Amino acid sequence: MSTKKRVAATVNGDAAEFLCEPRQSLLEVLREVLSLTGTKEGCNDGNCGACSVIVDGTLVNSCCMLGVEIDGCEVETVEGLARNGKLHPLQKTYLEETGMQCGFCTPGFLMSSKALLDAHPDPSERQIRHWLSGNLCRCTGYDKIVRAVQKAARMLEAER
Amino acid sequence: MNKPEKLPHFRVVGTNPIRPDGLDKVTGRAVYGDDFKIAGMLHGKVLRSPHAHARIKSIDTRRAAKLPGVRAIITGADFPKPSVAMVPMGEGGYVDMNDTADNVIAKGKAFYDGHVIAAVAADNPHIAEEAVALIDVKYEVLPPVMDVRSAMAPGAAVLHETFNPGAFFMKTHKVLPNASRLELGAGDVARGFKEADVIVEREFTTETVHQGYIESHICTAQWDERGQVTIWTTTQGAFAIRDQVAIVCAVPMSHVRVVPLEIGGGFGGKDTAYIEPLAAMLAKKADRPVKVVMSRAESLRATGPSSGTFIRAKMGAKKDGTLVAADLSFAYEAGGFPGGPIAAGVLTSITRYNIPNVRLEGFDVLVNKPKVKPYRAPGATQSNFAVEQVMNQLAEKLGMDPVEFRIRNAMKTGDRLILGFPCPPVGGVEMLEAVKKHPHYKAPLGKNQGRGVAFSFWFGAGLTSSAELSVNSDGTVQMCTGSCDLSGTRLTLAMQAAEALGIDVEDVSPTIGDTHSVGYTLQSVGSRTTFATGIAVYEAAQKVLKEMAGRAALLWETDPANVAVDRGDFTDMNNPAHRFTFRELADKLEHSGGPVSAQSTVTPERVGFQLAAHLVDIEVDTETGKVDILRYTAFQDAGKAVHPDFVAGQIQGGVVQGLGWALNEEFWYDAKGRLCNASLLDYRMPIALDVPMIDVVILETPNPGHPFGVRGVGEVPIVPPAAAVANAIYDAIGVRMDALPMKPGRVLQKIKEQKSAAA
Repeated sequence: MSTKKRVAATVNGDAAEFLCEPRQSLLEVLREVLSLTGTKEGCNDGNCGACSVIVDGTLVNSCCMLGVEIDGCEVETVEGLARNGKLHPLQKTYLEETGMQCGFCTPGFLMSSKALLDAHPDPSERQIRHWLSGNLCRCTGYDKIVRAVQKAARMLEAER
Repeated sequence: MNKPEKLPHFRVVGTNPIRPDGLDKVTGRAVYGDDFKIAGMLHGKVLRSPHAHARIKSIDTRRAAKLPGVRAIITGADFPKPSVAMVPMGEGGYVDMNDTADNVIAKGKAFYDGHVIAAVAADNPHIAEEAVALIDVKYEVLPPVMDVRSAMAPGAAVLHETFNPGAFFMKTHKVLPNASRLELGAGDVARGFKEADVIVEREFTTETVHQGYIESHICTAQWDERGQVTIWTTTQGAFAIRDQVAIVCAVPMSHVRVVPLEIGGGFGGKDTAYIEPLAAMLAKKADRPVKVVMSRAESLRATGPSSGTFIRAKMGAKKDGTLVAADLSFAYEAGGFPGGPIAAGVLTSITRYNIPNVRLEGFDVLVNKPKVKPYRAPGATQSNFAVEQVMNQLAEKLGMDPVEFRIRNAMKTGDRLILGFPCPPVGGVEMLEAVKKHPHYKAPLGKNQGRGVAFSFWFGAGLTSSAELSVNSDGTVQMCTGSCDLSGTRLTLAMQAAEALGIDVEDVSPTIGDTHSVGYTLQSVGSRTTFATGIAVYEAAQKVLKEMAGRAALLWETDPANVAVDRGDFTDMNNPAHRFTFRELADKLEHSGGPVSAQSTVTPERVGFQLAAHLVDIEVDTETGKVDILRYTAFQDAGKAVHPDFVAGQIQGGVVQGLGWALNEEFWYDAKGRLCNASLLDYRMPIALDVPMIDVVILETPNPGHPFGVRGVGEVPIVPPAAAVANAIYDAIGVRMDALPMKPGRVLQKIKEQKSAAA
């Protein structure tokens, strides 16, 4: 069995220090070591996007990254979206526009949507669909998800 | 989106409130299958057959057992013979529990690539995985049978020496070593075709597809000291899992408690016990709780799928556009065990048209693939792909508009159905008229672009549901039902409770009970939850109101008959000064006989038929054969849309699943019967870039079988897309598609054939 490594990172703004096996994916570390189970496993091979998180500003599939790789990094997960009891506009609009049904893919979609809006505050429909093309949703047919992102972009613009 | 008008007499039904479970789902707090943990929990992994068809000669677990951290190993030999044989499994289906037990874990023979051979529980999933690789199995590999036509051919390898033909809506009878058959008809088909002026006869094939829920199958089992097992699982039906576990593990039903967790999609694929009995047996043997998580590859190899098919269709019509005859033969894969959706495929094939002379034949065919599972309107998409293309071809031969041709033949309320009873209230003609009037129908199209239409039908299900309502002293209400929530039904049920009780939906707090805490409820399938469990909620609300009216009468010292109840207000008809709001009366219950609660278990039968008509515009890239979806409008009759945004969401989701089935999705097996595309990269489901916005038109022909007029809505939207796209491809470039999926290579092949025929 492999020796555990010590990793220090910032997770959702808080310092996190933990031990993990080199073979553990970031997804496994988030879920099993840090008990952040909002990030989901849908395929464990990078094809469904349910495990999407943001590492140092870049959108990644946490199942395709190792836990030890986040040493010194800033990680954002769905648990960090709402701040001080206030929902992120995306969380609000996914609810208002019914941009989810079973809700399992939703954390991943929220993180991909956030990465998109961080990079492109006023995305076109095509851009939204492109940025969300790494996330599979089997329930909604994407229509209401795209609308939720469009509405969140308008809300964020109004806030600025 | 077109939003149906909110009828003046509804307060809550027809509005779009935010779901109560939504906050937990956008913050990551909701507990799905793998989010559940319990102290002392071990992790299970499963050894699966690498062969599609093989006799198991021996299983040697000694090397695996020696690995440190391994706590239990089970094989088929650890399971008893099922305590009961044939049991009903919902949607009118019966299943041989010996088959269910053998599907859970192979006993002597593996019937498909991925069939369970053994399972291990260990301290962590990595050790369990290593242990699985140390189990030595000797197989005698047998030739696999991988499609319906070769399975029905003389000399085909035989899967089961004997089998009980499965029935799903109807009985079938064994006619071939690998197949059972059903037939039904009306009139005289030969005479019908003699009367016909135009006849179209074609053959079609469709491939095996998977439900593709994003959360795999996951469960955790724990036994208590008196021999009761609790199973936390992600399922469409806690009672369905309970019953199967009890029978497969030979435990009294009262000793199995199934707790449904949040479910990450089901679509018909999550009410069969696959891993629950394995987790239970591992937990028993290890004397520790055990969690089993299926990987994505395991879920694709060994769960689902929906049948691949071979279909022969012959239909005839008279010059005036009247259908006179249909002779249809369907062969549907059952998978490794009998009992696929053949009857549903056959019965839905033409139910929406009046045809006087009909012969319908169906074969339930054993092949070396996983035992097929219902998938959203099970069986209907495949038969619709055939029939709706033939309908368009007949219309073309007649020189008629395809929608007009369908209107001419559409079944109307009261028409006699092939099933032998008169059609309950439907709005099919009105729907097709709406299609004709919609701007989409006449919008201009460019080069290599085409428009297709398809019209579809699904039964939906009633079945048993239970609900309990408890009134709190502050006027809020607890609502517990047995229906697992796949998409927001907590809310659509709470809305019906609020509507019936005359209170705000925010004052109803919905929960989903486990099998020890709520009355018997069949699974969330058949588009039945908002309909059937809605009736259970409504009935419980009526009991609550009656009891509360009695309390008001007691307090006012009058007869209960004098108490009027309207929208949550209780009044004394003889004394206008006597008046309670729901909240005021709720506060007085404790001191007028005790708090009020009411339970209801119902099995409604007047299920509203589901009808849908879809319009699609596509463009074919004639160099690559790729088909792009340009525009989509889906028309559907919801009876009464309880939450119109949710109804639209069901329709949009069904459409896109149907488009995946139409264009990309298929199981791809090699010559040895091994699944080659067991990943979500190679099993290609639609992504956001593949589809446009899906426009939805909701129509409302009330279902008299529900107090608010509700029909199920979830299933029928998957049915028309494949046929509509096929019709659109013909409209665009003049080639007729006869196989699913209509992937680029297949379309390109058709274009080449067309060119060489022209040359």
